[in-house]
Amino acid sequence: MTDALLTLDGLTKAYPGVVANDAVSFAIQPGEVHALLGENGAGKSTLVKTIYGLVKPDAGKMFLHGAPFMPANPRAARAAGVAMVFQHFSLFDALTVAENVALGMDDPPGQGQLGARIREVSEAYGLPLDPDRIVGELSAGERQRVEIVRCLLQNPRLLIMDEPTSVLTPQEVDILFKTLRKLAAEGTSILYISHKLEEIRSLCEHATVLRLGQVVATCDPREKTARDLAEMMVGSALHVPEREGGETGDMLLEVKRLSLPAPGGFGTPLRDVSLSVLSGEILGIGGVAGNGQDELLAALSGERPAPSGSILLRQRDISRLRPNARRALGLLAAPEERLGHAAAPEMSLTENALLTGDVRERLSSRGFIRWGKAREFAARVIEAFDVRTPGPDTAAGALSGGNLQKFVIGREILQKPDVFVVNQPTWGVDASAAAAIRQALLDLAQTGAGVVVISQDLDELMEIADHFTALNEGRLAPIRPARGLTIEEIGLMMGGAHDMDVADEAAIAEVLA
Amino acid sequence: MRFVLEKRPAPSRLMLGLTPILAVIATMLAGGVMFWALGANPVEAIRTIFVDPLFDPTFASYSRPQLLVKAAPLILIAIGLSLGFRAGIWNIGAEGQYIIGAVVGAGVGLAFYPTESRLVFPAMVLAGAFGGWVWAMIPALLKTRLGTNEILVSLMLVYVAENILASVASGLLKNPEGRGFPGSRNFARDYPAASNLELLPGTGMHWGVIAAFIAVIAAYVLMTRHKMGFAIRLTGEAPRAARFAGVNPTRLVVFSLGMAGALAGMAGLFEVSGPAGQISIDFGSGYGFTAIIVAFLGRLHPIGILLAGLLMALTYIGGELAQLMLGMPAAAIQLFQGMLLFFLLAMDVFANYRIRLKTREAA
Repeated sequence: MTDALLTLDGLTKAYPGVVANDAVSFAIQPGEVHALLGENGAGKSTLVKTIYGLVKPDAGKMFLHGAPFMPANPRAARAAGVAMVFQHFSLFDALTVAENVALGMDDPPGQGQLGARIREVSEAYGLPLDPDRIVGELSAGERQRVEIVRCLLQNPRLLIMDEPTSVLTPQEVDILFKTLRKLAAEGTSILYISHKLEEIRSLCEHATVLRLGQVVATCDPREKTARDLAEMMVGSALHVPEREGGETGDMLLEVKRLSLPAPGGFGTPLRDVSLSVLSGEILGIGGVAGNGQDELLAALSGERPAPSGSILLRQRDISRLRPNARRALGLLAAPEERLGHAAAPEMSLTENALLTGDVRERLSSRGFIRWGKAREFAARVIEAFDVRTPGPDTAAGALSGGNLQKFVIGREILQKPDVFVVNQPTWGVDASAAAAIRQALLDLAQTGAGVVVISQDLDELMEIADHFTALNEGRLAPIRPARGLTIEEIGLMMGGAHDMDVADEAAIAEVLA
Repeated sequence: MRFVLEKRPAPSRLMLGLTPILAVIATMLAGGVMFWALGANPVEAIRTIFVDPLFDPTFASYSRPQLLVKAAPLILIAIGLSLGFRAGIWNIGAEGQYIIGAVVGAGVGLAFYPTESRLVFPAMVLAGAFGGWVWAMIPALLKTRLGTNEILVSLMLVYVAENILASVASGLLKNPEGRGFPGSRNFARDYPAASNLELLPGTGMHWGVIAAFIAVIAAYVLMTRHKMGFAIRLTGEAPRAARFAGVNPTRLVVFSLGMAGALAGMAGLFEVSGPAGQISIDFGSGYGFTAIIVAFLGRLHPIGILLAGLLMALTYIGGELAQLMLGMPAAAIQLFQGMLLFFLLAMDVFANYRIRLKTREAA
């Protein structure tokens, strides 16, 4: 134990109503890439915040190089050699890269000297970065580099990375992994948090698995299959969706050259988006977060009206119709954000069933709500999709992410849509619920519905989609059959690596030719 | 050792029900201190405000009917306001809608003078509701068309309405037989067909009271059984989910501001044709503002508003009594009512947070 870099001993932290960490103990060796694995809510974030001095544990000790370590704040943690790259960046859009880096340092050198050092470090680790560029112009991958370089300038002994790849294309992931391996080879330890199993298998030497705040397993991820790891995370056997080659039929949904300005200044404009979905087909739309996914869903669901003639359902122009009129015609949708968008957290499941089920399930007559029918519909969704909850009177916000997602998806599928559009169907959902949801989407397509799945999880899309395309800055890549696509081609459709902008276009043309 | 506020995982239902009562108690305590500072016996002052109007042998016969007379407009207006407030639409200008409703309704009545027909009064009620509705449509249309802030527009329109009132009281609607004094004909005295009379002698029951009770029941049914009520609640709790559910925000703004305006306008008409008797320069009595307190004190719930309206009416009557008997200044009574809203909002903290005593952690 004495040669370990960081040792955690019995860390416990409770919040009202939940024990986030329950006597967590493990050790990180010098130069090791150590994975912290667990579902959403397993306690990963609380644990790393404790190490970084953002959270004070209720009990337990930490040792850094054998000496007691309990940072009172992040500054103390940084001084001890612990650095962290957050999932959500803390950068100022209007400032340059160098200015942003200086803001995050405890004693920054002068700007000229700093610029030189940024160049030096970023090149040494294969993370090209121009210190004079304005952060607002950078891609998500480049912004992450700013955060990483900021950490590296302080020569950390432990680098914590929280879900670093969720904003990256496959090419950018490769670049990042090369950097991390180089760092590890030089003796820096890396604590890598993720729920993407393949990544962990290719990058990490050691994994600690958390479930409900407790360490349930430690292993060498390279010796386990992704399925083994998932089962450790979930604690039960997994059901892998079955895919039978479905028959596709009539044209159901057609989007023709849809362009929409960005809503309210933030967000991404949709640029010239065209797609078509046949009966029995699942169209997968990949892409890095923030490239127009929410905007596309809002345009299809009817939350934002689209220009006339741009959205057709069975050859009928529905561009100007509001959500309920589209539902009546058979187009249903499920947005990404469960709490506050797909469902109202403080309302009961019955009320949430009414939220989208009114038109097709006839839950009201002459404006008056038939609560009995609404409750019964909610109960049917709960039953059919195995939603774990005391009953339809439970508030939606009281359900776990996976259970609420099953409810939200089930609510639409039970209404027998002709076309179903869903954004991030399994985001933050435990593996068994995710498998159930994917199977439900496949089953829906089998019955002849057209399904559009927007997702940032490429494995998921490859598993269920017949056709694949990707959103990149509000543009849709040409739709291609999913079978036979390589990860390289997918990456280029998603926008490639952003430091290769010039090479990009030519490469895409070459690959797609 | 120190006290810390710790966020509750979910708002406490018990505290949500309890805070109005705690707020009343805290107001009594703080108010008592204020009355004591003003040189009165605090216990006597509180008793004069809350108990004497109902039970004192000398005053009760006058005060008790007044309870309904004062509560009716407060409840009517607060019910209308609560619809918008639940959806996050802030109509602060009910006072203006109340005044314009009174002016338009009274104008229609006076136009028929001296026709004795059973239809005159119903026509005035409709005209009053219409007047209030039109006044509320101004902020509604400006908000939905131009994106203006309904709080500012509705509030500023109160002052416009007050000036219109002053103008018609001494011009258009002035009593031609009033020897040049400002103010319209007195409905109760001069024009029985157009007056809102006490229906049962000695109870204070008039058409406005009946309208207020109907409004409470209708609002309850709307909020619990009707799609529009669901849309209002959904918009208040999760605006994005409401949009996803297909709630039309424009229609919601027009509906809730319109209902609030119509109810406030009706309240104004019932007041001008009954208790007030005539259009006069000082007709605006602040009911439209006090109703905001009533709506929140009643937790924006119809039954709660009914109770809160009665309580607030009691402080009005009791306040008048305290002015009369104890020589309290009128401002002290307004301060007392203001304290009620202040304490209610302050107590709300305990619905969302709990207090914990924390010992200092070892660093």
